[in-house]
Amino acid sequence: MSRIGVFLCYCGSNIAGTVDVEAVAEMARTLPGVVYVETNKYTCSDPGQEGVKNAIIEKGIDRVVVGPCSPRMHEPTWRKLLADTPVNPYMLEVANLREQCSWVHKDKAIATEKAKDLVKMAVAKVARLSPLHSTEIPVHKKALVIGGGIAGMQTALDIADAGFKVTIVERETSLGGKMVMLDKTFPTMDCSACICTPKMSEVGNHPNITVKSYSEVESVSGYIGNFEVTIREKAKYIDYTKCTGCGACETKCPSKVINEFEQGMSKRTAIYKMFPQAVPSKPVIDAEHCRMLQEGKCGVCAKVCPTGAINYQDEDKLTTETYGAIVFATGYKLIDWKPLYPEYGGGKYPDVITGLQFERLVNASGPTEGHILRPSDNKEPKSVVIIKCVGSRDPNKGKAYCSRACCMYSAKHAHQYLDKVPDGRCYVFYMDVRTPGKGYDEFYMNTVHDGAQYLRGRVSKIYKEGDKLICKGEDTLTSQQVTVAADMVVLETAMVPADGIDELAAKFTVGRDADGWLVEAHAKLRPVETNTAGIYLAGTAQGPKDIPDSVCQAGAAASKVIGLLNKDKLESNPQISRVNEALCQGDGACANICPYGAISIVEKQFRENSRKVTRPVAQVNPGLCQGCGACTVTCRAGAMDLMGYTNESIMREVDALCQW
Amino acid sequence: MMKYANFPGCSANTTGKSFTISTNYVAKKIGCEFVDIPDWNCCGTSAAALTSPELAVALPARSLAIAEQKLPGLDVVAACAGCYKSLRTSLVYARKSAENLEQVRELIDMPYEATTDVISLLEAFSAPEAREAIAAKVVKKLRCLKVACYYGCAMVRPVEVCDFDDPEDPQSMDELMALIGAEPVDWAFKTECCGAAQQMAVPKEARPMIERIFQNAWANGADCIVTSCPLCMLNLDMREAEINKARIAAGKEPFDIPCYYFTELIGLAFGGQASELGIDIHFHPAEQLLQKRAQDAIELEKAEAAARAEEERRQAELAERIARKKAEKAAKEAAAAKEGADVGKEDAR
Amino acid sequence: MPVVENNANAIPEDWEPKIIAFCCHWCTYTGADLAGLNRMNYPANVRVLRIPCSGRMNPQYVIEALNKGCDGVLVCGCHPGDCHYVTGNYYARRRMMIFKRLLEYEGLEPGRFQVKWISGAEAGKFRDTVMKAVEDVRALGPINLTREIPYFELPAMPDDDEEAFNAVPEEVFPEEVNA
Repeated sequence: MSRIGVFLCYCGSNIAGTVDVEAVAEMARTLPGVVYVETNKYTCSDPGQEGVKNAIIEKGIDRVVVGPCSPRMHEPTWRKLLADTPVNPYMLEVANLREQCSWVHKDKAIATEKAKDLVKMAVAKVARLSPLHSTEIPVHKKALVIGGGIAGMQTALDIADAGFKVTIVERETSLGGKMVMLDKTFPTMDCSACICTPKMSEVGNHPNITVKSYSEVESVSGYIGNFEVTIREKAKYIDYTKCTGCGACETKCPSKVINEFEQGMSKRTAIYKMFPQAVPSKPVIDAEHCRMLQEGKCGVCAKVCPTGAINYQDEDKLTTETYGAIVFATGYKLIDWKPLYPEYGGGKYPDVITGLQFERLVNASGPTEGHILRPSDNKEPKSVVIIKCVGSRDPNKGKAYCSRACCMYSAKHAHQYLDKVPDGRCYVFYMDVRTPGKGYDEFYMNTVHDGAQYLRGRVSKIYKEGDKLICKGEDTLTSQQVTVAADMVVLETAMVPADGIDELAAKFTVGRDADGWLVEAHAKLRPVETNTAGIYLAGTAQGPKDIPDSVCQAGAAASKVIGLLNKDKLESNPQISRVNEALCQGDGACANICPYGAISIVEKQFRENSRKVTRPVAQVNPGLCQGCGACTVTCRAGAMDLMGYTNESIMREVDALCQW
Repeated sequence: MMKYANFPGCSANTTGKSFTISTNYVAKKIGCEFVDIPDWNCCGTSAAALTSPELAVALPARSLAIAEQKLPGLDVVAACAGCYKSLRTSLVYARKSAENLEQVRELIDMPYEATTDVISLLEAFSAPEAREAIAAKVVKKLRCLKVACYYGCAMVRPVEVCDFDDPEDPQSMDELMALIGAEPVDWAFKTECCGAAQQMAVPKEARPMIERIFQNAWANGADCIVTSCPLCMLNLDMREAEINKARIAAGKEPFDIPCYYFTELIGLAFGGQASELGIDIHFHPAEQLLQKRAQDAIELEKAEAAARAEEERRQAELAERIARKKAEKAAKEAAAAKEGADVGKEDAR
Repeated sequence: MPVVENNANAIPEDWEPKIIAFCCHWCTYTGADLAGLNRMNYPANVRVLRIPCSGRMNPQYVIEALNKGCDGVLVCGCHPGDCHYVTGNYYARRRMMIFKRLLEYEGLEPGRFQVKWISGAEAGKFRDTVMKAVEDVRALGPINLTREIPYFELPAMPDDDEEAFNAVPEEVFPEEVNA
C-alpha cells in the first residue's frame, strides 16, 4: 500500500483567496493511500520545503502530491527537494491549484470543488507511478563538423581553440567552400581569398583539427555525447604522406575537364587541385576523367611524380569514430535557373551568367585574370544588365523566400563592373533593395553614385539579336516598358540547400523545412540547435545568409558544442518510452513513428514456455528518446508505455475526475 | 479516323479565308473531317471579357453545349488562336467546380456537361496520326525555306488554360515544318504578342510590336513567318507594307518577309498550287519567295546528287583498293606459309 | 442501436457539465497557465489533464472518460507545425480526426468531443475554447450512453523488470568512453 503525502499551499492569498484550502485538505485525508496532509502558507519557501522534508521522513511517506502553483513553475524545485529525501523524485504529482484554478475562477465554492478534483486526480495518478532513475550518459570530448566552408571552419576553429578535438568532413578536395570562390566581400571590399585562405591554413595546421577532405559521412548511429559516425574518404589515388604538392603532375596531365571551381568557364586537368591555395595543398585524381583509370593507358602523372606518390590502385577508405557533438555546416548552392527561366534563354546564351560566374570573371586568379570579358567571344561588355531575385521571391517559378545576400552582392557586382569598365553602363533590375546591416546601405548608395542604373521591375524576356542580349522589362517607378541591349547579363540567383542534404539530414534525423533548409529547434530562442540533441547548425545550412551572419552563427554553434563537451557526463531524462517485451511483436510501427530515430528493432533471446526463442523486439535508446509518447499510441499490442505518463496513471486520473 | 467538330470563328470566311481554304485542302488529303458546329456564335474574344466575365464564359459555352449535343464524342477544333483561347477559358472555368458548371448552365439556359474537349488546329494536325498522314502525303519537300514559326500570344498561354505546348519555346509547328522539309529557325518571338487588339486604338504603341517580330525573324535568318492564327496573320501581313514605308522614311532597310499559314505550306508540300491554297490572296507578295526557294531546292538537289555520285565513285574506288590489298596480302601469306611448311619439312627431316 | 442517445430535452435543472481537457504540456497547458497569469475567467466545468504531447493522446482515454460519465472531452495540442516533438501533433491530428468520426458514427454528438490547437501564447483562445466547449455540452445535456463503449484494455507494464530497464545495457554505453 502506498503512503501518500499531500502538501497544499495557500500561496499567501493567491490560492487561499478563492479556494478553501482547509476544506480541500479535509477531503484529501479521506482519499485512499493518503497518510498525511499538510497545508502551508508558502510551500515553496525555505521553511515550507523544510516542513515537507521532515514530514516525509517522520511519516514514512513514499510518494508526494503538492498542490501549489503550476508544475511549469516549480516542478523542478519539488524534484530537487525529493532528491534529498528517501522519496524518488519522480514519485511526485503537482496539482495546479493556482494558474488553473484559483486565478481563473471567482466563486469560492466552485473553485474549492475544482481544487478537490485536481487533488483527487493527482493522488490517483501518484499512486500508480513507479520510481525512475536518470542514467548518466558519457560525453565523448570530440566534435564533428560537416562542411569546410567559412561556417564550418569558424566552428571548428572556435571548438579547437577551446581545447577539444575536431574533425572536419569536406566532400570537395579542399576547404574553403563558396567563400573562397568570391572575389571581394561586401561592404568592405576585402579580397575574399585574402581573408579566407589564412583561415583555411589555420584550420589545416591546428593541432586539434583533423581535416578529412574529399570525404563524406557514410552512416551514423548513437545519440548526444556518443555519435558513432562512419566517414567515407573517397579514393584520391595519391598517397598524401608522400605527395609534396609540387604540382608537376598537373602540368603534364593530358585530360582536360570543365573546371567546376571556375564555374565552368575554364578547363582543369584530371589530376588537379581545386585552386592554387587549396587546403590540403595536394591534388587528387578525378577518376571519371583520368585516362589511366578509365582506359588503362597514360600514367603520365606517375612518371613525372618525383616522390612516387601516385597510386592508381587506391580505394575508398571507411573510418568510424565516436563524436560527442555534430555541427552541420553544409552550406548552399545556387538554384539551377536554367529549367525555371526559359524566358531568359534557359542556358542557351553563354553571356547570361550567374553571380558566382561573375565573381570568377572579376577575380585576378580567375579564367580571365580579372578582366571582365564575356564568355562567348572574350570581348569586354560595354553594357551589363544585372537581374536580382532570379529564383528568389518568386513562388511561381523558384522559391518564395528572399536569399538575403543578393541585394548586397549585386551592388558589389555593379560597383566592380563600373570600376573595371569605366565607360561601361550597368543596369540593375530589382524588386526591392534590402540592405539592413552595418555599412550596407551606404555601400548600396555608393554604387548608385558610381552610376549604376537601378530599375525597379523584373525582366520578362532576354533574347539575342545580333551580338546583343535584349532585355525586355518594366520600370515600375515610371510605369514604362524598358528594353536594354546588353552585352552580358548577370543573374543573381537564389540560394538553395546544398546537394545531398536530404539524405544526410535523414541519416541524422535532422528536420528540414519545405524548402529543404535544416530546421533549428526554435526560430528565436534556439537558433543553432536542432531537434536532435547534440546536433547543431552553422551557416547557410539553416537558411540563406551572408558571410558575417554565417560566422556569427558558427561561433554560436561552437559555444553550444563547447558547453556540451565541457561536461563529463549528461543526465538522461528517465520519463521516456519503455517496451513490454513480453507483448512486443517487433513490427516496428513505433520505430517508424519516432521523430528521433530512438527506437530500433533488435533480435533478442527469450525463455518462453521453458524454451529459448529468438524474436525481434523494439528497443528504446534512452539517449535519443525525448519522451513524447507518440510510439505508445501507435503500438497495436499496447507494448509501449511512457514512464511518468503511463497509460495506467492517466486512466486512473480520468477515473478520479469522473467521480466529481 | 480523324473527325472533329469545327468552330470556324468570324475570320474563317473573311480575313482568314486562305487559312480555311488551305486547311480544307490539307484535311481532305490526309483524311481528316471537320463538321461545323451548327448555329455556332461568336467566341466573345477579348471584347466580351471586358464587358462582363459572365458573358466571356457564356458565349463560348453556348457553342460548346451545342457541339456536345449535336456532335457527341467529337473534340472541338478552333483554327483561330483567339477562338481557341476563349473556348478553352470557358471550358476550364466550367470544369473547375460543380458550382461553376451549374452557373454556366444557368447562364446559357441549356444542358451542358463540359465533356467536349477543345483543341487548336495546330494541336489536331500535330497528333501522331495526323503527322503520319502528313509525312506520307508530302510530294515536294519545301527545302531551303527558312521559316520562323510564330505561335502568337494566345496559343500556348496562359498555361492554366492552353497547355499543349511549352509557353516560352513551343515546338509543335516547328516539328510540322521540319516534317515537310522546311527549315525552322530558332528565334525569340515565337509567343510574343503582335498587338492586334491595340492596332486600332493605340497604333503608335502597337506598330512597333509588329516591327520587332519582323525584326527578330529577320535577324535570325528567316525567309518568312508561319502563323497559326488569322488575327496574327492579318496583322503581320497587312501592316508589313505600312511598316516598311516608315522604315524607308527613317532610312532603314525594308523587310521582305512574306507570312503564311502553316496549312498553306503543308498544302504546298502536298503538291498544291498557290492559287488552290489561297497563297495568291495575301497582302504581301507571297509566291515569289516560294518559287525562288523551289529553284534553290532544285539546285541543292542537283548539287547533292553530284556529291552523292562522287561519294559513290570514291567508295567504289576504295573498295577496289581494299580488295586489291587483301588479295596481295593473302598471296603473300600463302607464300610465307608454304615456305614455313617447307622449312618444317626440312626440320622434320 | 447507437451507443449514445441524445436527451437534450430532459436536462435536469441543477446539472453542470463535466468536461476533461487533455492538454499538451508545451503549448495548451502553458496557454492555460497564461490565462491564469492574466486572471482570465472561465467556467470551472473543465478539468485539465496534462500529457507531454498531443501525440501521447490515446483514444482509449476518451472512451474511458465517456464511459465513466464525462459529458465532454477536449484534446488540445500545439498548432500543426509547431510540435515540441517535431511531428507528434500531426499524428494526433490524424488519429483524433478519424476517431472523432468513428465516435460520431456511433452516435456521439460532435460537440462532445473537440480537438483544438492552442499555442502557449493563446491564453484568450484557451479561455474561448473552454467557454465554447462548456456551452456546447450544456446545450447537449448530460451524456446518455445506452451501453458502455467497448475498448481494448491497455495492458499494464510489468513492475518486475524495472531494475533491468533502468540499468545501463552494455552495448549502449561502451565502458571505455573517453579512452
